[in-house]
Amino acid sequence: MASGVKPRVKVPKSASAGEVIIIKTLISHKMESGQRKDADGNVIPRSIINRFTAEFNGEMVIDVNLEPAISTNPYFEFEAVVPESGDFTFTWYDDDGDVYTETKSISVG
Amino acid sequence: MNGFNGGLLSALALTVGLGGVATAEPDDDSLTINGEIAIVTEAAAPAHLEYVDTVYSGWRFRSDETQAVQMDDFDNPGMLGVELGIEQWSAVDGSEGESCASCHGDVEDMAGVKAVYPKWNEGAGEVRTIEMQINDCRKTRMGAEEWKYNGGEMTNTVALLASVSRGLPVNVAIDGPAQSTWEKGKEIYYTRYGQLELSCANCHEDNYGNMIRADHLSQGQINGFPTYRLKNTKLNTVHDRFRGCIRDTRAHTFSVASPEFIALELYVTSRGNGLSVEGPSVRN
Repeated sequence: MASGVKPRVKVPKSASAGEVIIIKTLISHKMESGQRKDADGNVIPRSIINRFTAEFNGEMVIDVNLEPAISTNPYFEFEAVVPESGDFTFTWYDDDGDVYTETKSISVG
Repeated sequence: MNGFNGGLLSALALTVGLGGVATAEPDDDSLTINGEIAIVTEAAAPAHLEYVDTVYSGWRFRSDETQAVQMDDFDNPGMLGVELGIEQWSAVDGSEGESCASCHGDVEDMAGVKAVYPKWNEGAGEVRTIEMQINDCRKTRMGAEEWKYNGGEMTNTVALLASVSRGLPVNVAIDGPAQSTWEKGKEIYYTRYGQLELSCANCHEDNYGNMIRADHLSQGQINGFPTYRLKNTKLNTVHDRFRGCIRDTRAHTFSVASPEFIALELYVTSRGNGLSVEGPSVRN
């Protein structure tokens, strides 16, 4: 596992039916672009989060490809109208094969 | 959130300036963090300031977009450093088997500490920044190696200590034994340095609120340090910021942790007495 990588998610614990909620996600990651060189002139290998997804009760709602120009600690914020109580599952895919997931429950009443 | 965005925002700000909208003043926004920590970003100038009536946090000079990042800890990337600082707080290090927490307890109990640094240390007979005090603790109490003054571990710990003091007023003592150091810092503040012959005061006292090319000049207050800068996507220390400013005057700068910068830090901090501790703040 790459060092210092930690996903964070902020989802309200509850919402009323039809309410627009804001979901915030952030993963600490260096997002090394692969374009930079070290002091000796060697290319620093690319190491980025290349995909981010959000699922609600197993249904894919967000699927994002990330490219090397995206800066360190990628942050996604989006709105959602949640139809029923359930679980959000957020997944980040690292270049090195690691997959980070975070799950948050929300109750709708 | 990257350098490109920062440049774009600055360019937009410049366009607004050319459009004739007043840019000579800080804006009227008010800062509350997480909807609960009220931050004083405007205060009557401390009595020792001769040429300024009101002091403003640098937050008031930034764009709405940059301001918003600091209003929620989840959005504030500086809080990533604070999280690492929390881990270090209770991590045992050195020959004595001690951590910060084993003497100081919960870090929340340190609220108010950052607000009074730099501070005279009677035993050592010198004005100490909070970094110097941390390293003294590490060496003499923990038997651990000193951290690099502006290194990651140190800056994260300073950010942690600042974060638990947020909302409390900056209140450094400038009289008594600290006075001679403060006078030295004041002299540096008003001395022109470099090929451009600029003092701190030329920009941050005479011209705050004006545009310096694409940048909206603040009063250069340091109540929000360590500061997460969008331009370099990391927490920046006070001394590194001083160095950057003096470098921009095309001068040879003083070193990080030099007596000159310690004196200047005391003086500049005292110019913000009355503003809230704000670190880790977010700036461009």
